[in-house]
Amino acid sequence: MQRLTLSRVTKTFGATQALRDVGFSLAAGERVALLGHNGAGKSTLMKVVLGLIAADAGEVSVLGAAPGSRAARMGTAYLPENVAFHPALTGAEQISYYLRLRGEDPAQALALLARVGLADAARRRIGTYSKGMRQRVGLAQALIGRPRLLLLDEPTSGLDPVSRNTFYAILDGLAAEGAAILHSSHALTEVEARTDRIVILSQGAMVANDTLAALRRQAALPVQLQITARAGAADAVAAELAGRRCNGVRVDLSCTPADKLARLGQIAGLGALVEDVEVLPPSLDDIYSHFSNGAAP
Amino acid sequence: MKRILATTATEFRIALRNRWVAIAIAVMALFALVLAAAGSGATGTLGADRLSVTVASLTSLAVYLVPLLALLMSFDAVAGEVERGTLALVLTYPVSRAALLAGKFVAHLAILALAVGVGYGIAALAALLSEAQAVAGLAALWRLYWSSLVLGASFLGIGYAISAWARRPGAAAGLVVGLWLALIVLYDLGLLAALVADGGGLFTRHVFPWLLAGNPADAFRLFNLAASGAGAAAAGVAGATAALPAAQALVSLALWPFAAFALALAAFRRLLP
Repeated sequence: MQRLTLSRVTKTFGATQALRDVGFSLAAGERVALLGHNGAGKSTLMKVVLGLIAADAGEVSVLGAAPGSRAARMGTAYLPENVAFHPALTGAEQISYYLRLRGEDPAQALALLARVGLADAARRRIGTYSKGMRQRVGLAQALIGRPRLLLLDEPTSGLDPVSRNTFYAILDGLAAEGAAILHSSHALTEVEARTDRIVILSQGAMVANDTLAALRRQAALPVQLQITARAGAADAVAAELAGRRCNGVRVDLSCTPADKLARLGQIAGLGALVEDVEVLPPSLDDIYSHFSNGAAP
Repeated sequence: MKRILATTATEFRIALRNRWVAIAIAVMALFALVLAAAGSGATGTLGADRLSVTVASLTSLAVYLVPLLALLMSFDAVAGEVERGTLALVLTYPVSRAALLAGKFVAHLAILALAVGVGYGIAALAALLSEAQAVAGLAALWRLYWSSLVLGASFLGIGYAISAWARRPGAAAGLVVGLWLALIVLYDLGLLAALVADGGGLFTRHVFPWLLAGNPADAFRLFNLAASGAGAAAAGVAGATAALPAAQALVSLALWPFAAFALALAAFRRLLP
């Protein structure tokens, strides 16, 4: 069952087109990363899905209902970018309030805060919290009432690596229970292992919507081969392979993914001249830049 | 309803922490004490019990202070949440904007009820302690109390409307102070000037009463002075009680909170977080 469907969604602010014909969907239990530079339209897209701003054109279906409708809001949780709370309230008071707004028992507040690692700080005012702690309060409120769709806007900014892992572990649990999760990020490196699919926005347009493996294939970026030649043989190896000699022993080659095996065969054919070979696939940042900078169709 | 009260409880707690509750109570208590001390000089010569005299003084006090407190509490209600960045999140919860605003309204009105109650209570106590027949004025005091809250409710609504419209706390603060000055201070001065210029003509007989009824602060003052028969002793525009019967003033006063809340809700609904 689709939890979220967008088709041909367009939104314009004055002269800038924030979203252009964006369309994709999220199924139950699916985790999708929404990537893009600042101003690519990620936050606007989330606000359209939440019903906070209306799209100029296109259709959005949230849990089978209109965005912003009561049915949609009942089942959707949101974690805004740079989430903020009233500094005079304690973490427990703030979460109790959100629980009441969702019609849940406010006594769950402490358990929710404990789940995100804030048990000790629950009775302190949020004004004394660090950015990472506020971010975790934001996550705690997004867990209220078993949401069926989660929209997380750069949820891990401000988190240290350990809390980041805890954070993703919680998301894994939610997805396993069937929640659909859309979370935005600046960096592909960060979301790589945590997502089923990747959607990339560039200047309001969707330039990619696929699994990481498929995006890697589509991008067809060159593979780097680093060959370590035996001492004194670097020039010979470079000449033989038409490669570039970097230093006394290393020769670098670049080839398409399709040519990779043939090139490795050539290298192996040099026998004793070669000491070692390293294969470097295109980095996640390279793939992201490839799509994000408009190289994609 | 539970969602409204959830917001009320949270807003009340924030006001307690921000010392707003304490400040409102202190301001009202201080002014009531000053009034009680100043009023202790004038005794029976007016033919009224001391509490009734106190009520007349409190009316003139309330007409300035209650709107000011209400505006100061309300100007930040929406703009503050926009600036802190807390509004977008709460608007994604399954709660209507009307319920959010109503929750804040109930909390702020409760603080006002507390502060005004303490202030008037102190003034009443001072009058009752010094003169036994002052109990005769209790009815007038009660009338002043609930009409003060209706006045406060009107200005809370106006404050929310400004807060939602201005979007920034700084701008909203400036606007509410300006509005207070215009509606409470300059409005009456303007009317007086117009009355003098008109010299009992068409304006005085047909337009002036409506302008009085249209301003909640004037409606409040006229209602209380007319109902207690103290109009004759009052000076300035308040002396114009004859221009407007108490019932009409009351209708205007009673309609204002609804009109102001509707205005606030309309402004809040237009707000894009």
